[in-house]
Amino acid sequence: MNENLQKAILLGNEAIVQGALQAGVQFVATYPGTPASEIGNEFAKIAKNNNQLYFEFSTNEKLAIEAVIGASFSGLRCLCAMKNFGVNVASDSLLPFLYTGSKGPTVLVVADDPSCHSSAQSEENSRGFAQLAHIPVLEPSDSQECSDFIKLGFEISEKFSLPVMVRLTTRVAHQRAVVDLGKLTPGSDLGAAKFVSNKHQFVTMPPRVLEMHQELLDKIEKIKEYAEKSQVNQLSGANNKIGIIASGVGYLHVKEAMENLQLDLPILKLGFFYPLAEEKIKNFIKPLKKVLIVEELDPYLEREIKCLAKEVNPRLEIFGKNILPEVGELKPEQIVIALAGITGKKAPVAPTNFKTIKHSPRFCTTPMCPYWRVFAAIKKAAPEGTIFGGDIGCYMIAGFSPMQVYDYMFCMGSSIGIGHGIAKAVAGKQKVITLMGDGTFFHSGMPALLNAVYNQSNILAIIVDNRITAMTGHQLNPGMGENIESGTVPEVKIEQIVASLGVKTENLKVIDPVDDFDGFVTTIQEFYPKNEISVIVARRMCALLEKRKK
Amino acid sequence: MNKTKNFNIVILGVGGQGLMTLLRVLSEAAFNAGLDVKTSELHGLSQRGGSVSVYIRFGDKVWSPLVPQGQADLIIALEQQEALNGLYFANKETVFLVNQYETPTMAQTANQVEIEIELRKVTEKVNFLAASEICQKELANEVVSGTYLLGYALNNGYLPLKKENIIEAIKKTMSEKYQELNIKALDLK
Ligand SMILES: Cc1ncc(C[n+]2csc(CCOP(=O)(O)OP(=O)(O)O)c2C)c(N)n1
Repeated sequence: MNENLQKAILLGNEAIVQGALQAGVQFVATYPGTPASEIGNEFAKIAKNNNQLYFEFSTNEKLAIEAVIGASFSGLRCLCAMKNFGVNVASDSLLPFLYTGSKGPTVLVVADDPSCHSSAQSEENSRGFAQLAHIPVLEPSDSQECSDFIKLGFEISEKFSLPVMVRLTTRVAHQRAVVDLGKLTPGSDLGAAKFVSNKHQFVTMPPRVLEMHQELLDKIEKIKEYAEKSQVNQLSGANNKIGIIASGVGYLHVKEAMENLQLDLPILKLGFFYPLAEEKIKNFIKPLKKVLIVEELDPYLEREIKCLAKEVNPRLEIFGKNILPEVGELKPEQIVIALAGITGKKAPVAPTNFKTIKHSPRFCTTPMCPYWRVFAAIKKAAPEGTIFGGDIGCYMIAGFSPMQVYDYMFCMGSSIGIGHGIAKAVAGKQKVITLMGDGTFFHSGMPALLNAVYNQSNILAIIVDNRITAMTGHQLNPGMGENIESGTVPEVKIEQIVASLGVKTENLKVIDPVDDFDGFVTTIQEFYPKNEISVIVARRMCALLEKRKK
Repeated sequence: MNKTKNFNIVILGVGGQGLMTLLRVLSEAAFNAGLDVKTSELHGLSQRGGSVSVYIRFGDKVWSPLVPQGQADLIIALEQQEALNGLYFANKETVFLVNQYETPTMAQTANQVEIEIELRKVTEKVNFLAASEICQKELANEVVSGTYLLGYALNNGYLPLKKENIIEAIKKTMSEKYQELNIKALDLK
């Protein structure tokens, strides 16, 4: 029999879905974001007409985790997925969830993007949330581990009644590799779920909240004992005075580098990032002279290990961010050079000063993206000196050369919030125009607009409504009149929300920037001098979506 | 440690040229051939017309999903200027297959002569091919120029996989509509 029959090539994110299904996941909520988006996309395909699995694209990450908290309290097996920035949004609800703990086992998948291949705003390392929220964190290195660690996450969550985070990076989430398919456990219909009131556990009010804090710390102590014995903190390699501690994709680079240098050094691969298996680490470093710590971005492990070394091996030479970069993803050749340096081997010298070329991202041309017309109109209508606020979505591409439209750009929803602050500060002397997409408006733009209305600034907010969340790969949003579970649902109209938030009718217009280009130009000119907040909804379907619908 | 060396491919281009499809075909083909495989791909922002480089490695056992510096066996550039970004991965044995197709960059631009001079500083095995033009002329579809380059690599012994494996992979990974077109592109001369 062909042994390949039980194996397949899967993207890390596909393996996450595979593992979750094997763990009997019943309730999935997500908000799209690269490099986590395929997790939701895959579940969306599976969940249609499936009465054993509920799936939603929530309207932001806080709402995704809240949906999952509710389902977990009702006893379901839950998964929530998002990119790193999503955890910032979700954190307000995530932290108390660790206090209450989960009822139905719950796994949170978070994907970081070292080197910002598909991210603006920051090179965020969500491992920082481990300490902040006291959430157990597992770090897989390849697709097989994506599947295995999700299952382990469910197991740990079930055993200790705490949500567990599985942290990916781009090179794990978007790595395609061979995976053992394993068996699907037959699930049960969702109809069986029941919320049983448990005020003692689900209500985080003082003074009970302090008891909950203690309970959380006690659970973490227990999970630490579990981590000490766990196979995912894995020892390999021959005996030597020089050792390596690695996590995530860094481990694979280490194996690569050792092969390259024909080395066989002891490696401790840490699958558990939090809580840390301190005893195991101490035993590993005790007999060593030198240790190299390989982790991407901030030296979280390195700091912990330095403390542990003081206890058990104060003379240990610790190498980490002193020879490896803290900014940008790690590459195998960097590990080769680091290891060669430490072991006294000769590293191959490679030339580096090549001519390189950079194509900046740009709006689609075949078919023609409507944003071309949006920015042509703005250029025509807005006077010199206008301040442009950018937001997160395909329209941010106007921030790249040669357009370089934006004067500031932060995170989802912030164009209006920051624009409001500027407008208040300059008190009418300069004008702010902000650009935000439909997806971003639903995600976090609404409260920002409310604040600008309430506190009376005069920004001109253009909401570019291309009828979909495009950048992350075309996920559904409330403006589309569709969701995964129900199919057709009532369409949410942005102009109605804008009006109900208090923007006056005479300061609000919906225009098609392609069919009525001139009307769009004149409306910008007409709204520009206003002393009150004004909003233009530039509604024109994403050209790719339009093509697909034909 | 007597495993044979992995085969390393770097594919470069601009987002939207079908790089991920090519990776899927290659990974399934190598898998069909019973090899260990890893790819590293990019999705999202970088897919929107920007420079993209993706990797596939296959052999007895593949560790890192990234091709280490200077270790590419084959570099395929779907846009000719992007070939320059491949030099980081090249050595004197590396084969370059470069599509004579250009999308303008804003700042620096390099023409074919300049690109070729740069590539030849590292390796002699540089092939410029009018893949887009040929595919457009013969199949009225330049999107399959990547598959055409795979065919070229197979026919010239630059890719240690069998044509059957590639065809099988095309059938597995593409919708019926595109299968025939891609299989034709493999055999175009
Ligand atoms: C908190 C957070 N969640 C998710 C993302 C990922 N993300 C980047 S662009 C984008 C889509 C925005 O959609 P929309 O505003 O409709 O713009 P479009 O791409 O359709 O133009 C998302 C979700 C992010 N950057 N930050």
